Amino acid sequence: MTDPKFVYVTYIATTPEKLWQALTDGAFTRQYWFGQTIESDWRLGSRVVFRSGSDVHDYGEVLVCEPYSRLSYSWEVKFHELFRHERPSRVTFELETMGAEVKLTVTHDEFEPVSKVRTAVSHGWPLVLASLKSLLETGRGSTLTTPEKHRGAKERAIALAEGAA
Amino acid sequence: MTESKFVPKTVYITYIAATPEQVWAALTSAEFTKQYFFGRDIEIEPKAGGSFAMRMPDGRFDIKGRVIEWDPPRKLSVTWGVAFAEFSELPESLVTYEIEPMGGSVKLTMTEAHQWDVPDAILAGGRQGWPLILSSLKSLLETGKPIAVSVKMGPPPEMLAAVKDAVARKPWRAEATR
Repeated sequence: MTDPKFVYVTYIATTPEKLWQALTDGAFTRQYWFGQTIESDWRLGSRVVFRSGSDVHDYGEVLVCEPYSRLSYSWEVKFHELFRHERPSRVTFELETMGAEVKLTVTHDEFEPVSKVRTAVSHGWPLVLASLKSLLETGRGSTLTTPEKHRGAKERAIALAEGAA
Repeated sequence: MTESKFVPKTVYITYIAATPEQVWAALTSAEFTKQYFFGRDIEIEPKAGGSFAMRMPDGRFDIKGRVIEWDPPRKLSVTWGVAFAEFSELPESLVTYEIEPMGGSVKLTMTEAHQWDVPDAILAGGRQGWPLILSSLKSLLETGKPIAVSVKMGPPPEMLAAVKDAVARKPWRAEATR
């Protein structure tokens, strides 16, 4: 028995190629994901690194990489001791072309039975994905997900996780 | 009717680079809703207890309800009855939009709540529709253009069978007397 999966769907006026780049290129992730650079060579089994400046705080491993349609990696949230003992969870991005737009489904699952990580990411995903949509449609990510907001977002995640404890 | 018997079943949150007033206008005026809400015009009386309806492009209404809370530009809550085939026999749901200003942007939270133990196959309709409607609303306010794919989508096929089954059994009657 694990915590229920978290699913979020959004529709973005873009191409699957541009959306794929936004998910896999650190120069893009920085612009909508609280300044975080998410890096990997995206080969199966390769390491995924979540970096803010020189501070590497989370890790993952590439589980599925089908360019422009499906990307999945495990995710070890290490930025705070509250989360460090939990097993790696898994995030999957599915891209589906619909006319001139792309349907993006993000599924985050494989949580611990009672997961503080799940509580924290359930708050963060709508913000990050709203910012990703803005970046691709307007050229600017949300002002709510700039690098300066990262500390506040982490504090909020910790407070939520502590509240759920 | 009290709001308290409604239990939230589907929540969708998004963040929009707009003012609370712009988001409020987009939720409550037909010139906006026809662009992002499957072509529907909203007709709403601006007060608690007022009438609420959504008119399809062919002129018929398929959503009817009443305004429970009218608090511009913060909170709008309406009862939501689907006036379409067997759907019209289902108990009404409650749809609430909450608008919170946040650092020059807006956090928009949509909550769909129900007064009976709705099966997932029926909830699937809203869970398919809301992400599209609210993604389109966000695009419209940020870029001036809605999401175009929304015009073609109908309810999921399993949903229609689940609605027929629920209407035949009417489980909410037993729940009301428990």
